[in-house]
Amino acid sequence: MTLLSWSVLTDPNTQWILIGCMLLGLMSGIIGSFTYLRKQSLIGDTLAHAALPGICIAFMLTGVKSLPLFFLGAFVSGLLATLLITVITRYTRIKADAAMGIVLSVFFGIGIVLLTHIQHSSYGNQSGLDKFLFGQAASMIASDVYTMIGVSAVIVIASSLLFKEFKLLSFDPGFARGLGFPVGFLEQLLMFFTVMTVIVGIQAVGVVLVAALLITPAVAARYWTDRLGLMVVLSGLFGAISGVIGTLISTTTSNLPTGPLSVLAATVVFVFSVLFAPQRGVCAKAVRRIRNNRAIRMAEHVREIQHSPVYSKEESL
Amino acid sequence: MNHSNLQAPLSVSGLTVAYQKKPVLRNVSFEVPEGKLIGIVGPNGAGKSTMIKAILGLLPRVSGEVEIYGKRYQDMRKSVGYVPQRESVDWDFPTNALDVVMMGRYGHLGWFKRPGTKERDMAMDCLAKVGMKEFAHRQISQLSGGQQQRVFLARALAQHADLYFMDEPFVGVDAMTERAIITLLNELKAQGKTVLVVHHDLATVREYFDWVMLLNVELVAYGPTEDVFTKSLLHQTYGGRLAVFDQEDGAVLVESR
Repeated sequence: MTLLSWSVLTDPNTQWILIGCMLLGLMSGIIGSFTYLRKQSLIGDTLAHAALPGICIAFMLTGVKSLPLFFLGAFVSGLLATLLITVITRYTRIKADAAMGIVLSVFFGIGIVLLTHIQHSSYGNQSGLDKFLFGQAASMIASDVYTMIGVSAVIVIASSLLFKEFKLLSFDPGFARGLGFPVGFLEQLLMFFTVMTVIVGIQAVGVVLVAALLITPAVAARYWTDRLGLMVVLSGLFGAISGVIGTLISTTTSNLPTGPLSVLAATVVFVFSVLFAPQRGVCAKAVRRIRNNRAIRMAEHVREIQHSPVYSKEESL
Repeated sequence: MNHSNLQAPLSVSGLTVAYQKKPVLRNVSFEVPEGKLIGIVGPNGAGKSTMIKAILGLLPRVSGEVEIYGKRYQDMRKSVGYVPQRESVDWDFPTNALDVVMMGRYGHLGWFKRPGTKERDMAMDCLAKVGMKEFAHRQISQLSGGQQQRVFLARALAQHADLYFMDEPFVGVDAMTERAIITLLNELKAQGKTVLVVHHDLATVREYFDWVMLLNVELVAYGPTEDVFTKSLLHQTYGGRLAVFDQEDGAVLVESR
């Protein structure tokens, strides 16, 4: 069994997939930390679903399957989706969560219609486009991984250079604006990174699940630390580990899909964090409460003894 | 910082702000003298916070000019400190008190540069000034409401500004924090700094502020406290929602909602 798994790892294709999934987990973990703290986790999900019609239209217009073109299409439709959400929340009484739900499902619906249309028409190279629904990491090739290396490098460098700015933006955007930071630009930049991550991730994980990689590692990381810097690093690490575990399980055991396995791996990390994190975890809290209660009971008991008439009588004797 | 004494720290003219169609602040003009503590008073929805935010450029204004020491606000940001309402942020954010106070230095640091030892020392000083030094490394969600308010105050101090805006710093704080804040305000005043405070508690206005602004969408009255904080002007500001009980020469004020 172990022999088999390591022999599979020497296959260059598998190595590309491994690196790709790891990088995807890394960048979505980093960007996800900020979107989570800005309470915009659902934006990632909306962007991912909104990307589908963009990808389909890009394919229908050009007839070729190329990542940069899909990126463009997904970017435009993602932009349109966020614009729509802004318009709906500003000019109607509909709140942001409902607006996101509406936009997400409309765009996804259009995407599915277009996808079905493509599959039933005479586009030559259409095979594989439906893989964008749930992702197919196995279809990743070297050039895709190069794109991922580029995108994740940009995200890592930008997040460390602009760490202070992103922190302030996430904690107190009003104060940031007061200090003169271009809050709108920084917000757009973060949104742009989210779109990049989502689109890069769609191929491996699919539009339906890619948001999980943005949200889950960040939430898990929050359990382990009260420092933003460490949280971002941990979140990236959790994401990368999830990607690696997902790839390993999918390539070594059976023909299980890599993307969903990565998402499940991230979920395992999350559940473990919820239960066993040292300060905020469920177990730590329970232990603290039990100890606390016991200490209080003990103190009360001592007080009772001290104030009981028997005790006083003995005292006076 | 030395500013020309000829220029008022803040001068606002014809400020109008609207949400949708309805103006929430109509044609407000005033000039702030240097080195004064100024209370901004008015009923709920009078546009007190809105005015501060519009001056700071956090809300779009329909019309109006704002000048800080005779210059455009954009050029004078480093001279302006701001204490937002405590509820405006999520206190479960992964950071500690010292880190929040250091944010007051971000504007001076500029892009990309990270805060270092100098900023850390400055932040520590500011925490000490609000009596929070021993809480420097406390996670901010573990602080009481009053302590959180003091952290925000320390962050504004770290801005080393000359003109301060504070949005309801006294709301929901304990007596100790209220004392700490008022001591600090008087210290700032002694240094020749100017502070505008959105205030809710009419009972303490006389005690705390040199000047008072009565606001209810429009500017009702503005000037030294003894001239402005009068029964008739307060009635005018609050309409029928205010009961004023005369007591000797002063007045006990009860705001009825």
